[in-house]
Amino acid sequence: MSRLTVVLAGLGACSALAIATAAPLLQGGDYWLSLGVTLLQYGVLATAWAMFSGPTRYVSLATAAFFGIGAYTVAVLGESMPWAGVLLVALGIGVAIALLVGLSTLRLSGVYFVIFSFGLAELVKQIVTWYEVNVTRDVGRHVFIDISQRQIYWQLLALLVSVLGVWALMRRSRLGLALRVIGDDEVVATHVGIDTSRTKLMLFVLSAAVMTLTGAVLAPRWTYIDPEIAFNPQISFQVLIMALLGGTTRLFGPLAGAVPLVLLFEVLSVNFPNYFLILLGVTFMAIIYFVPNGIAGLLQRVMRHRRSV
Amino acid sequence: MVLTDVLVGGLTLGGLYALTALGLTVQYGVARILNLAYGQFLIAAAFGAFVLATRFGLSPIITLFLALPVGFALQWTVYQLLLMPLVRRTGAGPALETDSILLTFGLSFLVLGICVAAFGGDLYSYSYLAYPVDILGSKVSANRLVAMVFAFAMKAVLYLLLTRTRLGTAVRAVAVSPCFAPLVGIDVRAASAIAFGIGGALLAASGVLISMFLPFSASLGVVFAMKALIVVIMGGAGNLMGCLVAGLLLGFVETLVASYVDPGLTVAANFTLFLLVLLLRPTGLFGKTVR
Amino acid sequence: MSDGPVLRVEALRKAFGGLVAVNELSFEVGRGEIIGLLGPNGSGKSTAMNLISGALPSDSGRVIFKGRQINGMAAHRIARLGVARTFQLVRVLESMTCLENVEVGFAFRPGGLSGNAARAESVALLGRVGLARRENMAAGELTYIDAKRLELARAMALAPELLLLDEWLAGLNPTELQQGIALIKQLRDAGLTVLLVEHVMDAVHSLCDRCVVMNAGIKIAEGSTARVLSDPHVVKAYLGDDDSDDNGVAGRGGARA
Repeated sequence: MSRLTVVLAGLGACSALAIATAAPLLQGGDYWLSLGVTLLQYGVLATAWAMFSGPTRYVSLATAAFFGIGAYTVAVLGESMPWAGVLLVALGIGVAIALLVGLSTLRLSGVYFVIFSFGLAELVKQIVTWYEVNVTRDVGRHVFIDISQRQIYWQLLALLVSVLGVWALMRRSRLGLALRVIGDDEVVATHVGIDTSRTKLMLFVLSAAVMTLTGAVLAPRWTYIDPEIAFNPQISFQVLIMALLGGTTRLFGPLAGAVPLVLLFEVLSVNFPNYFLILLGVTFMAIIYFVPNGIAGLLQRVMRHRRSV
Repeated sequence: MVLTDVLVGGLTLGGLYALTALGLTVQYGVARILNLAYGQFLIAAAFGAFVLATRFGLSPIITLFLALPVGFALQWTVYQLLLMPLVRRTGAGPALETDSILLTFGLSFLVLGICVAAFGGDLYSYSYLAYPVDILGSKVSANRLVAMVFAFAMKAVLYLLLTRTRLGTAVRAVAVSPCFAPLVGIDVRAASAIAFGIGGALLAASGVLISMFLPFSASLGVVFAMKALIVVIMGGAGNLMGCLVAGLLLGFVETLVASYVDPGLTVAANFTLFLLVLLLRPTGLFGKTVR
Repeated sequence: MSDGPVLRVEALRKAFGGLVAVNELSFEVGRGEIIGLLGPNGSGKSTAMNLISGALPSDSGRVIFKGRQINGMAAHRIARLGVARTFQLVRVLESMTCLENVEVGFAFRPGGLSGNAARAESVALLGRVGLARRENMAAGELTYIDAKRLELARAMALAPELLLLDEWLAGLNPTELQQGIALIKQLRDAGLTVLLVEHVMDAVHSLCDRCVVMNAGIKIAEGSTARVLSDPHVVKAYLGDDDSDDNGVAGRGGARA
């Protein structure tokens, strides 16, 4: 990339960021702000998902589990601790669980991990429900935290920028190279001196931490949370589609996949509420068939074809 | 006696888990595709039995026999229509595993959507043989007993099918050695499709049997898929005997936990067992490495 | 710098269920030697390689590299200690360019190189193995022989002291074979110790100082190449009992599949 391109790209990114930051201050109406929050939410989740599952090719179906942990922790502790403290606790719990899952399954073949992640949301949901039924005797909590949508928006924006920044740095680093090698051929990776287990674990914990924080930050958006809402498997699903559509190898890929799909799902859930899940499933399958390498991969193929013609 | 309760309960549940997982292990062992939509189709079969029982007064036993060919045909079609393009595209290499997991994950949502659109999210059940029977001093629901008997009967039939028929042997050959099976004239793709069909028959049967005594809802698909997966992995992928033992083990552990600890912690018990097996014997109780 | 053997294998054993793939294998490899690990198919040679490189855990026995016990260590730690290998079925990183494949070898070793230094060294290494000017080609598009060369370059980038070659010379035409043999000799002259699993008898004769022959997991012969390959037990292992024709093994060349 030439100097000029880099400068232009940098300027473009800065202005985009400035606009995005200032947007909530406009009196455009709550609907747009709400949409913005949803866009940011899925942008962060999709990017976090792709950070781990993209390079390692370990498909994680556990997004809902970590998101839910974040959201539920806030629901439980939100009124009794300062906000920063609650976020920290939520983060701690998410990291602890990610470590547990990672240490048990990442040393083994990818299939075990997928299966475990598949059931993780269900597992955490059941444990939380059991706790609520037996210990607190009340399933479902009301959330009365005084945080405005704007503040949620800005927190998510900050989170998105941080995640993208971390990922960008990581890709250039040795860790990023290690991940690329692991994703290509894990046996080769171990034989060139890469500690694959530790690398995968670190990435997984990082990804899970971001998802947990996202859930925590978003919790005040609901006035009422119960385990069914917090650990809804639909989230895992939607995040997956978005990351796959956008492409998991490019930095802005997942974000590029999140934006159109969030809008699409908005339209679908409003107009076809009864068939939403069916349409979700069909969309997903269509993406697997027709855009297996994501839009980014499609573009890449088109460009390569153009070059060779 | 409480112990007999647990014994019979564990046997029933375990027998059913084993039956369910057998279908999945046949699919995975032969076609090398992990069908995450398995549980959702099972629930769909349960809904089918419900409709036939309540709308048309059809005994679930008859539905059971209807479900076998329907389940077979459905999963066979799923393989041919939805999964074959992936097999062709990836050349049945390691990418197939990832792509098929993703596709079946999507398929599970599709089927979930259909169930929810038709039935909503509530729990459903119907009454069938809901009277207690006295077994060795403990009272067991007749419907559970019938389910257990049929589950074991079907497993025996499956065993005979796979070991005493040419078709079954061809299917097993592909499970053992997909590379070399073609050399003895076995069409691997056709065998995989048939294996999927067999899995479909078993899951349909399981769904019907479960509907006889367990209240179910659309969202339970994930739970069943998960338990089936756990049993398959614990028993060793593609290993029929391992599946049987692992299924019974899971059923017993779950019944014990439900009786002596807390019925709300069954999933936690499943996962703990799964974790233990993974940590101690990652190739499954009877060992066949998952690629 | 230790005086002892670079590699010592002691009573190494590995069983898969009822099949004992490697049965009480013991041998030594001295510094600067090229040792051939031979035997018919199924004799356990590749399993032995996997045990030494850490790809598989052994059931019992020891593997000692430069005086240090490495059996039981994770493969990546063994690689960092100075053991590099190629694979029987070539494994290159197909999604990356040739240059990147070699840079990977430089990146993770102790005192790893990165950036421009790594690039310069990688280019040089690619030249040495005969892949000059292919730096930016995707590894997945290489021909079979070039992929093998790339794999060797990657192994060399680890700056190993012991190189494990698993049938690296298989499937080559006569010209390529001579080039390959010359390359391995160069590596040895530069100070590398080599253990190679091979079937190509021409290469074995040209390269190997000593040979260890395995059959059904057991070592059946060890010694100088010429002596080992004319040992009647070795001939019998390769050809079976009925065949009294001992061409091929006793020095007449030709690959045995």
